[in-house]
Amino acid sequence: MAVILKEFTQMKRDRLTFAMLAGIPVVQLILFGFAINSDPKHLPTAVVNGDHGPVSRAIIATLQTSAYYTISMPDASEAAAKEALRKGSVQFAVHIPPQFEHDLVKGLRPVVFVNADATDPSAASNALAHLPTLIDRAIASTIGRTLPQTNHPQASVELRIHSAFNPEMDSTFNIVPGLMGVILTMTLVMITALAMTRERERGTMENLLSTPVRPFEVLTGKIVPYVLVGYIQVGLILTAAHWVFDVPFLGSPWLLLACTMVFILANLGVGITFSTFARNQLQAVQMTFFFFLPSLLLSGFMFPFRGMPEWAQALGSVLPLTHYLRVIRGIILKGNTWPDVAPEMIPIAVFLSMSLMLGLLRYRQTLD
Amino acid sequence: MNPSSPNTPLVIDVKGVTKRFGKKTVVDHIDMSIQQGTVFGFLGPNGSGKTTFIRMLCGLLEPNEGSGTCLGYDILKERRMIKQHVGYMTQRFSYYEDLTVRENLDFVARVYGVPDRKIAVDQSLQSIGLRGRENQLAGTLSGGWKQRLALAACMLHKPRLLLLDEPTAGVDPKARREFWDEIHALARAGMTILVTTHYMDEAERCHQLAYIAYGKLLAQGQKDFLIQNSGLHTFRITGPDLPQWANDLRDKTGVDQAVMFGSSLHLSGIDREKLEATILKHMKGTHQWEPKATSLEEVFIQLMSQSEDNFSTGSEAQNSHPE
Repeated sequence: MAVILKEFTQMKRDRLTFAMLAGIPVVQLILFGFAINSDPKHLPTAVVNGDHGPVSRAIIATLQTSAYYTISMPDASEAAAKEALRKGSVQFAVHIPPQFEHDLVKGLRPVVFVNADATDPSAASNALAHLPTLIDRAIASTIGRTLPQTNHPQASVELRIHSAFNPEMDSTFNIVPGLMGVILTMTLVMITALAMTRERERGTMENLLSTPVRPFEVLTGKIVPYVLVGYIQVGLILTAAHWVFDVPFLGSPWLLLACTMVFILANLGVGITFSTFARNQLQAVQMTFFFFLPSLLLSGFMFPFRGMPEWAQALGSVLPLTHYLRVIRGIILKGNTWPDVAPEMIPIAVFLSMSLMLGLLRYRQTLD
Repeated sequence: MNPSSPNTPLVIDVKGVTKRFGKKTVVDHIDMSIQQGTVFGFLGPNGSGKTTFIRMLCGLLEPNEGSGTCLGYDILKERRMIKQHVGYMTQRFSYYEDLTVRENLDFVARVYGVPDRKIAVDQSLQSIGLRGRENQLAGTLSGGWKQRLALAACMLHKPRLLLLDEPTAGVDPKARREFWDEIHALARAGMTILVTTHYMDEAERCHQLAYIAYGKLLAQGQKDFLIQNSGLHTFRITGPDLPQWANDLRDKTGVDQAVMFGSSLHLSGIDREKLEATILKHMKGTHQWEPKATSLEEVFIQLMSQSEDNFSTGSEAQNSHPE
């Protein structure tokens, strides 16, 4: 009984812990209840139309009105569609061949070719499953009655789906590189948040501050060793990805390592900033968890990013992990080069400078 | 050796230094000047503002009011220069417990950019007698050894001013004596030392003393000056039933302090006549009494109880011992 009462009194004192106990269920409920949707809709799609007849227009219109597709590039060139797919700005490229309608009417079974970005197989699969029905409906509503084999319209078109970047739709290809970002986020934020808070908790900060050491020296001193730790983790995961999980590596490893640097620094910046707020190591761990949870759920690691409502996507876009996942999947699975990943690196760099600036502003040279 | 020549440069010279935490004034307009080569004792009850004042001197806290210099550097604007030349030993052991003795000293030497680091660290280990323990983790050292390590570490960069915050708390008498011999040796060599303590024997070894309570400086000067200035008179009583006597006399007119010291009772008061009258009135045939020199402890207890009175009545103007 004495211990119970004491525990409640201490809980009351440590308001941050209390807030976490109340806050985490709320955040979880919101994220899992509203933000996460494993059946993503309105996936951006490019159409390479070689026909321009009423039937092809009907197909495009049907896709557009369906919940699964949003035609973001209604009349793309072959090259532009490919480029968009590689950059990840579209999920699908639908190719309608020339003389599509002509062949269709003649019963020659024209080929509709769909190139799907399968780096995240779960994001694409539901939409693809609905595709034949949608095409049938479009054909039936326009010229269905004039077709020779009226009863079997689906046989009138041959649908060829190509799972680009991950032909076997193997989800480990998606998860293993993503895991690298997740692990870096969790360990690096925590380790730096703890490293600074420990100095304060053990009283060694007072000593450190009484020396002429500059804030810049303290901060870099706290960051550099953990950059190294981060790269050791990267090395471990990449080795495992290659030898254990057989994940192909299409892009440049050097580009990956360079981009990873920015990402590692961004996470260390968050850790440093947390350490200026946390009064003890427990609080530092709790803050890390508070940052890690949305990173895990909103970044597109566990659930397809495009399946989330807009507010959740906006929130996710702030987090460095969201962009890093695209960069690393792009480089490893799609063979992306610097121009492809640069747009995703900008938000990470912005996040990095913001977090470092906040950390530096909050860093006190006195004990005030 | 007490450097009392007026030409000796001032190492600490501050005026009106004030620190508030929220609404609470922890250090209240303190003026202090300390000459080079002085061992300056800084006394006062727990929570009186000693540590806060020291932290402001060495640039760890920013004063809300006041100005002055430390080692000739402005305490507000030249904190970094002050830090370079001051050795500060914190009240709580604040080196890295998960580093060895040598690693700790090595780290400190690097931070201050000590030239010939390895030699400096070796010499430091030698001088504190930690040569055999250099590879022991600092966390596993006993209290006395930790205190030696801390002192060695804060002197590694050859500071001109040492600020020691209760350096001997929890240290045994022999180690304390050795520590103070070392302090005086350093002072002879020209170093200035500001040290806080609760021990009266240590206070008596200081050249100069200051007494602070509730953030206010109540008295400052040499030991004899403080005793004389307190206006206290003390008598030693011997005989039977002294503990009972002590209790009875504590509230009587003229008696400001009644304290048992072993088998004798010490009575102190500011008004000598009233005190003597009270003693004579209560004395029985078997009791003996004689005047005794007032000690520092009585002076400080007097200062403390007066400042308590001032605070409880709110009449700070009644402070009868401003210097």
